[in-house]
Amino acid sequence: MASSARTSEHSANAPLSIHDMTVAYHRRPVLWDIDFDAPQARLIGIVGPNGAGKSTLIKAALDLVPRVSGVVSIYGKPYRQQRRLVGYVPQRESVDWDFPVNARDVVTMGRYGQIGWCRPVTRRHRAAAMEALDRVGMADYARRQISQLSGGQQQRVFLARALAQEAELYLMDEPFAGVDAATEQAIMAILEDLKHAGKTVLVVHHDLQTVSDYFDWLILLNMRIVDAGPTADVFTHDNLHKTYGGKLTLLSEAADLIAKQR
Amino acid sequence: MNGLNWTDTDTWIVVVGFLAAAACGLPGCYLVLRRMSLMGDAISHAVLPGLAIAFLVTGSRASWPMFLGAAVVGVLTAVFTQWIEKIGRVEATASLGIVFTSLFALGLILLRMTADAVDLDPDCVLYGAIELTPLDTIALWGWDVPRAAVVNGSMLLVNAAFIVVFYKELKISSFDPQLATTVGVSASFMHYALMGLIAATVVAAFESVGSILVIAMIVVPGAVGHLLTDRLSIMLLISVVVAALSAALGHLGAIALPPLIPGGEFIDTSTAGMMAVAAGALLVLAVAAGPRYGVVSRWIGRLRLSLRVAEQDILAMLWRTEEWSGGAQTSLNRKHIMEALALGPWSSWAVLTGLARRALVRQDAAGFSLTRAGRDQARDLVRTHRLWETYLARYLHVPIDQLHLSAERLEHATDERLQKALSEKIGSPRLDPQGKQIPPARD
Repeated sequence: MASSARTSEHSANAPLSIHDMTVAYHRRPVLWDIDFDAPQARLIGIVGPNGAGKSTLIKAALDLVPRVSGVVSIYGKPYRQQRRLVGYVPQRESVDWDFPVNARDVVTMGRYGQIGWCRPVTRRHRAAAMEALDRVGMADYARRQISQLSGGQQQRVFLARALAQEAELYLMDEPFAGVDAATEQAIMAILEDLKHAGKTVLVVHHDLQTVSDYFDWLILLNMRIVDAGPTADVFTHDNLHKTYGGKLTLLSEAADLIAKQR
Repeated sequence: MNGLNWTDTDTWIVVVGFLAAAACGLPGCYLVLRRMSLMGDAISHAVLPGLAIAFLVTGSRASWPMFLGAAVVGVLTAVFTQWIEKIGRVEATASLGIVFTSLFALGLILLRMTADAVDLDPDCVLYGAIELTPLDTIALWGWDVPRAAVVNGSMLLVNAAFIVVFYKELKISSFDPQLATTVGVSASFMHYALMGLIAATVVAAFESVGSILVIAMIVVPGAVGHLLTDRLSIMLLISVVVAALSAALGHLGAIALPPLIPGGEFIDTSTAGMMAVAAGALLVLAVAAGPRYGVVSRWIGRLRLSLRVAEQDILAMLWRTEEWSGGAQTSLNRKHIMEALALGPWSSWAVLTGLARRALVRQDAAGFSLTRAGRDQARDLVRTHRLWETYLARYLHVPIDQLHLSAERLEHATDERLQKALSEKIGSPRLDPQGKQIPPARD
């Protein structure tokens, strides 16, 4: 493990710092000793095979699944104190799209944390939601019931909801799943904007072909962190072979070819 | 009203029925949305030990201990269900089934142990005694109001207030519990609060309307609302309207229908039962006539589509006949059209009349022929058809004898933009794979 992320020194103010985290479902560990500091203002890819624990990593960081051990801090403080700073984009399949709400309602939910318990949604928050919808190119669909949207549009609405949170750190679970190429490019452009605005974005990602184009920092995950660091250093044939266990030889070959291109 | 003897008692019965149904229906909407409708059934059974223990501890049938006992057990039902789901690794509904039957059994044992001191008889539990509620009144600001109206009315107010105050929180935790938790709205807190509220509501409604109606009223108003609207707030309003309609129609049915049953000695039937029937009828109506998901509207949509397809087929057929005869205007009689396109007499009449009214075809002694406008449209259709044939043959290698049917299906769905794109893709050829001329585009 030559990566800079594996040093025991944790920087106090990393957007996301995970120290020695282990997570288990029904006592079977799914994540072992996860330990890394995510650097500020980067697009960070989380890559690994199915069942590697990519979604679990995000959920455990957000206290959505219990941790067996480990410490998670957001800008140096526990998550509980820093909720406002974190935006979450769950997988699209995690919700019921027949729910009787429209696109703007869903985006407005991103503001609920700021609005506070039992307070009504004011015009300011509705305007912020519309602005977020506009940023993802969905302003025209604001009043559309969400099941009437295509998969790519639904994903954009989820992204808009996270934007409406005005967070510093974004955790996104497969935002590119089931979207068309145009939407993928549009989403990517927004993620770049976030990065340039100093935000940190972690993205669970599947497509090895686009890894080096999309992300400047990478976490290779297969129950444990195989390697983490700048994509140029980490995205190597050796590491991919370790991550995918040599089972997906075609994929590692593809990665090999991509690596040779640079 | 002829034959109906409507008294103040009947009015009170309807009012009590409405208050109970609306009190159940409002939180029920959220059960429907969370796909947990069975929870209403489960809680209404599971509260029994809560009632029994409350009775054992306090020795009275006073309302407040009963509410408290029921609410606690209601929340416990939800807690146990989650535990068993997690520890036993069974699906949520199975775990719910285990919990509520066990609690119900425990409740029965507890009731037995109290040596039948509680007058909870099974009939009363199942069907309630809504007809008797106007007899048990309490004074409220100088009025004699049935106790059941006060109890259920208060419950309705509590539920409505809860939904108004926690509108946002209920919405987000029902739609996306994980996001709710990350923005600081604890989804599990909202879940247990809702379950506790439903348990209290069930107990309030139990005595007057019985458990069958309670279960119906938790599920049906929300289900009707969900079918009729895409807005949460309107869904909640519809559930209240459904509650009111079922109460009124149910009681009306209970006193008006039985005398109509021939040979019977019935004077009336159970209002609670008829309310459930009325609610069921409203649900059927919503399924049939709902604007978007309704069977009727879908049927109308399909009918419209098939008429449009027939229209286009007739236009194209007339155009092809003209093409055959070298461009001379030709007429086809109705019988010929019906046979060639396998149309029934009614649909051919409807379609031809529609075409004539829009001046796309004209009718004379020889039959039907294209007008100028009709010819333009027809040529466009044939153009689309032949472009598709070319595309299918060239890019998808569809055998020539199968081209026609596939192109037929595609041509009806093709708009101007798609036709243009199609033509560009295949390089605007002049002839189709069968060597027929592709008519040029309109300018």
